[in-house]
This record gives sequence, structure tokens and C-alpha cells, in this order.
Amino acid sequence: MTRRSSYLSRQEGRAALFFLFPLLLGLSIFYFYSFIRNIYYSFTDLGSFGTAHFIGLENYARLFKDPKFYLSLSNTITYVLICVPAIVILATVEAYLLSRLKSGSTVFRTVLFLPAITMPAAIGILWRWLFNYKFGLINVLLNALHIKSVAWLSEPNVVLYSISIVLIWSMIATQMVILLSGLQNIPVMYYEAALIDGASSWQSFFRITLPLLSPTLFFVITISIINVFQIFDFIFLMIRSTALAIQYSMSLVYYFYDRSFVAFEKGYGVAISLVLFIIILIVTIVQFVMQKRWVHYQ
Amino acid sequence: MIQRRRLTSPAILIPLCFAAILTVFPFIWMFLTSLKTYEETVLIPPKLFPAVPQWKNYAIIAAKFPFVRLYFNTAFVVVLVVFGNLIICAMAAYAFARLRFFARDLLFILVIGLLMIPGQIFLVPHFQIISSWGLANTLVALALPGIFRVFGVFFLRQAFMAVPKEMDEAALVDGCSYFKIFFKVLVPLISSALVSLGILTALWTWTDLMWPLIINRSLEKLTLSAGLAFLIGEHTTYYEQVMAGGVISSLPVMIIYMFFQRYIIEGIASTGIKG
Repeated sequence: MTRRSSYLSRQEGRAALFFLFPLLLGLSIFYFYSFIRNIYYSFTDLGSFGTAHFIGLENYARLFKDPKFYLSLSNTITYVLICVPAIVILATVEAYLLSRLKSGSTVFRTVLFLPAITMPAAIGILWRWLFNYKFGLINVLLNALHIKSVAWLSEPNVVLYSISIVLIWSMIATQMVILLSGLQNIPVMYYEAALIDGASSWQSFFRITLPLLSPTLFFVITISIINVFQIFDFIFLMIRSTALAIQYSMSLVYYFYDRSFVAFEKGYGVAISLVLFIIILIVTIVQFVMQKRWVHYQ
Repeated sequence: MIQRRRLTSPAILIPLCFAAILTVFPFIWMFLTSLKTYEETVLIPPKLFPAVPQWKNYAIIAAKFPFVRLYFNTAFVVVLVVFGNLIICAMAAYAFARLRFFARDLLFILVIGLLMIPGQIFLVPHFQIISSWGLANTLVALALPGIFRVFGVFFLRQAFMAVPKEMDEAALVDGCSYFKIFFKVLVPLISSALVSLGILTALWTWTDLMWPLIINRSLEKLTLSAGLAFLIGEHTTYYEQVMAGGVISSLPVMIIYMFFQRYIIEGIASTGIKG
């Protein structure tokens, strides 16, 4: 009996190795080895060629004195502070309204989801045209309301907000769909009971919907924060790298890309990416600690 | 008895219509601009419709820009990543969900931990590794890191765990090998999760911008998503042509999406439900 079960478990172990082998191979090269390599590179002067010389903490010393690093850090934090609340609130409102529709919800859902399947470059093309200073539709409409044209993509004080508008516009869709399915999982009986007890729809939204939706909301907030922290695409696509406006809109990931793959200071770029990693790690841990206060698991 | 109203109240419909217009109008504007003459695009105030639809804008931009090549590259990379990732993740997810082996839970926590790490920290090492293999500027390089994305391991493990254990225990008693149980019994049972993951992976690969830009420098070897960034850089004066390029690169997927919207949206939605 024992011999048979140890034979079985040995067989099971061998099967596990077989099933895990492709993943483990990929993980060890593309994640574990790469991660260690990345840390090593941050202590070197790796450039456009493969040779890397050990330079100790020089990259980090430079980082903490680099005004552009602080600029991109503060831009990134501003993006998160503007976009995450906007995305979460608008997506929640959209999802709630959709869930209250008696008919036609498929049509609305299909339309509202469109930005999520469109590639960032097409969205960038589209919004650059809308933001165009002379001929863009947005300024034309503003002029019709007797408001002066805004240099959406070049005015230093504006450009970060313009990018935020595009990011919010494009990111709502996915979060809305996730929230909608969370809403549809709330049992109808709660609402019926509330209706019988004479609750208004505001009361049932704040007392029933939001608490029961909180696990999904937590998921959506976590994902949104991580995604906005990594903003890159629209900055890269919409602002010329040589323009003054780039300093007022570039994020940490943009600065990382610029240093690593444009200036070919990969050692320095890698140090920037590690700082981003540590920031996201801290924010995520804080969120998981805070969730006990407001997330209700049924 | 609660009376249900048949019609939705305007308080719900009006904001939804507003949101729908804000979402869809930029796309319509892109399409309308793509059919205008240059003079019409710079007309103030602009007209909504072109006097005569200029379909030739599409021919002009298609002659300037290798859309066919870029579509082919994208399709190739998407297929490679989706199938590679599904097989690798399904196999690993099965092991994590069903088999007992040394340090299983520790390994799984490590895999989950990877989900929290911003992908940028791997980009420089990936570039170095793939270049050192002599694969830079090839289509395979575009697919390589994406094949090993670990989200699917977590996602499919949930799906395997939802299948009653009796299913494979019965098969095991009947003398089936683990391999047979996996392919013949379990994989068919989680096919809807596989479809969801496939759609998500295709969408991620389709929209990814930074990795193709980094590893492949020539336009001929890029995906559409990254190639289109070159279009923005090169031809910005003639907006009607650029818009035609935008339509060429988003309309086909929109059509696919119209047909499969239910699967696509439900696939995305299912990632938010944690079992």
C-alpha cells in the first residue's frame, strides 16, 4: 500500500515537472534571471553596446540629483491623482446607469467599450487632430462659445491635463465592463427588500450597491493605479520628444524609455525603472492594508 | 406588488447617450476627416461632411505606408503569442490546481507576485537577452516575452479549480495518464476560460506599443500598433491622409469586435471576478 502510494506520488511529481517545464523555462529566463540582471545593470554604465562596467551607486546618486527625474516623478503622481479618481468614478457611474437600463444595454455597452479595442496609436492620431491648435474641433467649438483657443499639446500648464483627458477617455471602458459584471452579480433580492422598506434609489445605491460592489471596486482601483503609474503611450504618441511640453508631461516610464532606448544610458534607465517598481510595490501594499477598512467581502 | 416600468427613465438615458456620443464621436470625426480634401480639413468653421467623399486618400496613404505588411506581422505575432501563452499557462495552471509537488504553494505565490511588477523593469534585460540570441529585428522577438506572460496561470488555475475533482479522479482510477486527463477531460471543460484568456492576450498583443518599438527598429518588422507611431511622426501635415491611416488600422478590428462583442466583453469582465 505505502509502496504503491509513494510510486503514485513520484509519478505525480514527474507529471508536475512535465506540465510546469515550459513555464519554468520562460520564468527563469524572462523573469527571474532578468530581474537579477536588471538590478545588476543598475550598478553599471551599460550603454548601447553590450559592455557594462561596474560603477557602484553612481546611477542612484545621479538619480537623486536629477531635476528631470523629480519632474517625471511629480508628473506621474499628478497623472495618478487626476486620472484614477476620474476613471473609477466615471466607470462606476456608467456601469450603474447601464445596469439600470431596461433595454438596449447591449448597444450602449458595445459603443462605450470601443476605445478598449482600439490601439493607442490610432487613439493618439485621433486626439492629436481634435487637439490641433488651428483646425482642431475642440478649439473650434471653444471659439464658437467665445473662448480663446488653447494650445492643448504645447502649453506647459495644459499639456498634462490634455494627456489625462485622453487617458481617462481610453481607460474607462475596461473598468466599466468589470464593474458592470460586478453589479450584475449583486442579488436582486436586496434591492427588492429595500424598495419594500421604502428606500430611495440614492439610499439603495449608497447602502446596498457600493458596499456589495466594494471587492470589484478594490480590484478596479488597484488595476487603475498600476496602469496609470505606467503611463507612456499617449505621451510618446502625442508630444514631440524635442518639444518643451515634454518636460511638463513626461512620466517615469517615459523618462525610463528616453534614457534607456533613446539616449542609450541603459544603466541609468534601469535605475529609474527600479525606483518605479519600488513605488508601485509600496502603493500596492498600502492598498492591501487599507482594504480591510472599506472592502466588504460577503 | 411592485410595478415595473417598461421604459427607462430619462435620468438614466440622457447621461448614457451623452457618454456614448463622447465615446463614439471622435471615431466618426476621424472617418469623416479621412474623406475630406485638404482644403476641407482646414476650413473654419469646419463642415461635418465632405462635399465629395475622397476615397483616394485611402489609396494615397496605403501607397505611402506598408499596411499589408504591418497587418501580416501583427497577425503572425498575435497568433504566436496567443497559442504559445495558452498552452504554457494551461499546462502550468493544471499542475498548480491539481498536482501535489514540492514547494507548490511557494512557487505559485512567486508567480502571482510577478503580476504586481511593472513590466518595464524587464525591458532592458529582455532587449539584451534577445539581442544576444541574434533575434533583434525579427518577428519572433516581438512574440517572445509575451508568450510567457503569467496572468493566464492565475486565471486558468481558477477555472481548473472550479471543475469537480471527481472528474479527474475517476479518469485516474480508470488508468488514464495525467497527460490524457489534462487534454481529454479538463481542457474541454475550461474552454470558455481559454477563449477569454485568448481574447485578452490577443488584445494586449494588438495594443502593445513599447516592446515592438524597442526590439525592432525597422518599419517592415513592426506590429501595426508600433508602426502607426511612425505614421504620426512622418506625415502630420495632411490630416485627411493620417486619418485614413487611422481608419485602416482600427476599422477591421472594430468589425471583428461587432461580431464577437459578447465574448470579448464577457472575457474582459471575467478577469475582474475573483473566485
